[in-house]
Amino acid sequence: MTHLIVAFVLLNAIILVVAYITLLERKFAARMQSRIGPYYVGWPHGWLQPIADALKLMLKEDVVPTLSDRWVYNLAPLVFLLPCMLIFATIPFAPGLGLADLNIGVLFFLAVSALEIVGLFMGGWGSNNKYALLSAMRAVNQIISYDLPFIFAALVPVVLAGSMQMSAIVVAQQGLFGWFVFYPGIGQLAFLAYVIATIAAENRVPFDILEAESELVAGFRVEYSGMKFALIQLGEYAHLVGTSFLGALLFLGGWLGPGPTWLGPLWFLLKAVLVFLLVTWVRWSFVRIRVDQILAISWKLLLPATVILLLATGFVVAAGFGRGA
Amino acid sequence: MDVEARKIVEVGYGGNERLLMNMGPQHPSAHGVFRAILQLEGETVAAVDAVIGYLHRCHEKLGETLTYVQYPSIASKTDYVAAMTSELTYVAAVEKVGKVEVPKRAQYLRVLVAELQRVASHCLWLGTWCLDMGGALGGGATVFLYAMREREMILDLFEALTGARLLYGFHQVGGVRYDLPAGWAETCRQTIDFVAKRLDEYQAMLEGNAFFLVRTQGVGVISRELAQELGVSGPLIRGSGVNYDVRRAEPYSSYQDFEFRIPVEAAGDCYARYRVRMQEFRESIKIVRQVLDGLPEGPISSRPGVKSVGQVRVPKGEGYARVEGARGEVGCYLISDGSPKPYRMKWRGASFSNLAALPHILPGHKVADVVAIMGSVDPVFGEVDR
Repeated sequence: MTHLIVAFVLLNAIILVVAYITLLERKFAARMQSRIGPYYVGWPHGWLQPIADALKLMLKEDVVPTLSDRWVYNLAPLVFLLPCMLIFATIPFAPGLGLADLNIGVLFFLAVSALEIVGLFMGGWGSNNKYALLSAMRAVNQIISYDLPFIFAALVPVVLAGSMQMSAIVVAQQGLFGWFVFYPGIGQLAFLAYVIATIAAENRVPFDILEAESELVAGFRVEYSGMKFALIQLGEYAHLVGTSFLGALLFLGGWLGPGPTWLGPLWFLLKAVLVFLLVTWVRWSFVRIRVDQILAISWKLLLPATVILLLATGFVVAAGFGRGA
Repeated sequence: MDVEARKIVEVGYGGNERLLMNMGPQHPSAHGVFRAILQLEGETVAAVDAVIGYLHRCHEKLGETLTYVQYPSIASKTDYVAAMTSELTYVAAVEKVGKVEVPKRAQYLRVLVAELQRVASHCLWLGTWCLDMGGALGGGATVFLYAMREREMILDLFEALTGARLLYGFHQVGGVRYDLPAGWAETCRQTIDFVAKRLDEYQAMLEGNAFFLVRTQGVGVISRELAQELGVSGPLIRGSGVNYDVRRAEPYSSYQDFEFRIPVEAAGDCYARYRVRMQEFRESIKIVRQVLDGLPEGPISSRPGVKSVGQVRVPKGEGYARVEGARGEVGCYLISDGSPKPYRMKWRGASFSNLAALPHILPGHKVADVVAIMGSVDPVFGEVDR
C-alpha cells in the first residue's frame, strides 16, 4: 500500500517537474536567441504556460488516420510512456526517499530505458505514414547505436563505486571533490561521453534525426494529436529528465551537498537541471547532422572510446584506486 | 473499402526496394511551395521529380494588362524577398525600350536600395537555410532568429524610405519615387556597421562548428560545366568557380562607379555557396557605404510625378534588361506597341534557372541533404512560378 502511495506521489511529481522543465527549456532557449519566451500566460514570465499547454492538448481532437494500424497506433504512446516513467522507480532522491532502491538499480534503469524504442517504432509503423516510417527506421538505428556507449559510460561510476545500487554509488562519492566527475581523467571523459550519448539517445539536436522537422515534418509522431501527442511529448521529456537525474547521481554526487540533510533532494534536482541545461545548451547551438554521420560517430568514435574507458576503469579499480566500500 | 485501400498502400510500401516519398508543397522546408517527389532507396535519394507551379499567378499576362505606371509595384511580388531588384528589373527594361534617361542621383539611390536588399535577402537565406539543417527546435532556429533580427533593421530602413516593409513600389520609370528622408543616411550607416559586426559573429559561430561543416562541405556539388550548361547564376555559379556577375559583366545603374569584388569559390558545394554569400554581404555593405559617401545632388526622376496610370508611354520596340538580384540574374523582356501597356512581357527568374540544377545534384544524397541543398540554392517561389 505504501508503495502505491509513494508511486502515485512520485508519478505526479515527475509530471509536474517535466511540465516545468519544458518551461525552463523554452525560457533558456529564448534567452539564447534574444527572445523573451512564454510571458503572458501566468504573468509574469509565463508560469502557467505548461498548464495551459496541457489543457490545450487535452481539448484537441484525437485524430486516428483511417489507414493506420489501429491497435499499434493507439497503444504506441502508452508503450512509449511506460518505460519513460518506470526509470524513476529505482532513483533515490535522498537516503531512503525513493520507490525502490534495488541492488541492481542502475541495471534496471538502463534496461528499462532502452525499451522506449518499442513504443517509438510502434508509433512510426502504426501511423502508416512515410515520414513516420522513415523516422522509425532511423530511431531503431540510432537508439540501438547510442544505447551501447550510453551504457558503457554509465558503467564507469558503477565500476568505480563497486555497486549497482544507486544509493551506494552516491555514498561512494562523499568527501571534497569526491564526485566521480572529479575523478582524475576517467571521470571527466566518462561524463562527457555520458552527456553526448544522452543527447543522442534522447534524440535531441544535433542528433534529432527522428524528429527532423525540416525533413520528416515531425517524424514518428507526425500523425499524433491531442492527448496521444501529449503522452509522447511527456514520455520524451520524462526520459530526458530521468537520464539527467541518473547523470547527476552517477557523476555529480546525487543529493550530496552543503547544508542540512533535508536540502538533499533540492541539491539533487539542481544537479539534474544542470545536466538538462547542458543538453539544452548543445541543442540550441548546433545544426542537425546526417544519419550516416550520426552512426559513424557512435560506432567509430564513441563506442570504442567508452569501451576503452571502461577497461581502463577496471584496471584502475583492480589496482586499488576504487571508491567502493 | 478499408481492406481494399489497405492493400494498395501496402503495395506502395512493400514494393521491392524503392519508397516514393512526397516532399511538399505542404512541407516545413519547401521554401514556399516546392514539391519534390523523391524515390528513396533506404535513406538515399535515387531520383527526384521536381514539381513547380503552385504559386503561379499569371504575372506575365498581368504585365500586359497593367500600365507601365501600375506594374512596378506588382513586379515586386515576383521575388518578394528581394522586391527592390524585381522592380528595378522591370523599370530598367521599360527605360531601355523607351530610351529614358535616369538622373545620376536616382541611379545611385537604386544601387543603394538594391544592395541593402541583397543584405536583407541574404539574411533571410542564412536563417532559413540553417533552419533547414538545424531544425525549428535546434541551433538552426537560433541562427534564424539572429538573422531575422538584422533583416528587420534593414526593413525598418526601407519602411522609413518608402512606407512599406516587403513590397515597396520604390522605383518608377525614369527614376525613383522617394528621396532619402532627413537623417536616413546616418541611420543607414549605423545599421550597416552593426550588421557587419554581427556577420563576424555568425561566421565565427558557423565556421567554427564542426557539425555545420560536415553538413555542408562536399554536399550538393554543382560542377563548373553543369552550372554553365544549365544557365544557373548568382551565388550558385560563383560558388562553382565561374566569375560572372551582371553588375560587372554589363554594368547598369552606375555600378561601374563603385569598387567591389566578385567573390568566387571553386568547390561548388553548399559550403562554397555559403562562403560566396557571406562575402557578398560584405561587398554589398561596402557598396552601400560608397553610395552614401558619393551621393550626388539633383533630381530623383527624369519624369514628373505620376498623375494618371496611363501617363507613361513607350515607343514601339523591344528590349531586355537584366539585373544581378540576390539570387542571380533577373531579367525582363519587354515588347512595346506604343500604348501605355506593354504588348508582351517575359520574366527571367533567377530561382527558376537555379532550381533546374536540383534534379541533377540531388540523386545520391541522403534525405537530410535534400533540404540542405535546396536551402543552399535559395529559391523564392514567387520568382520561380511568377
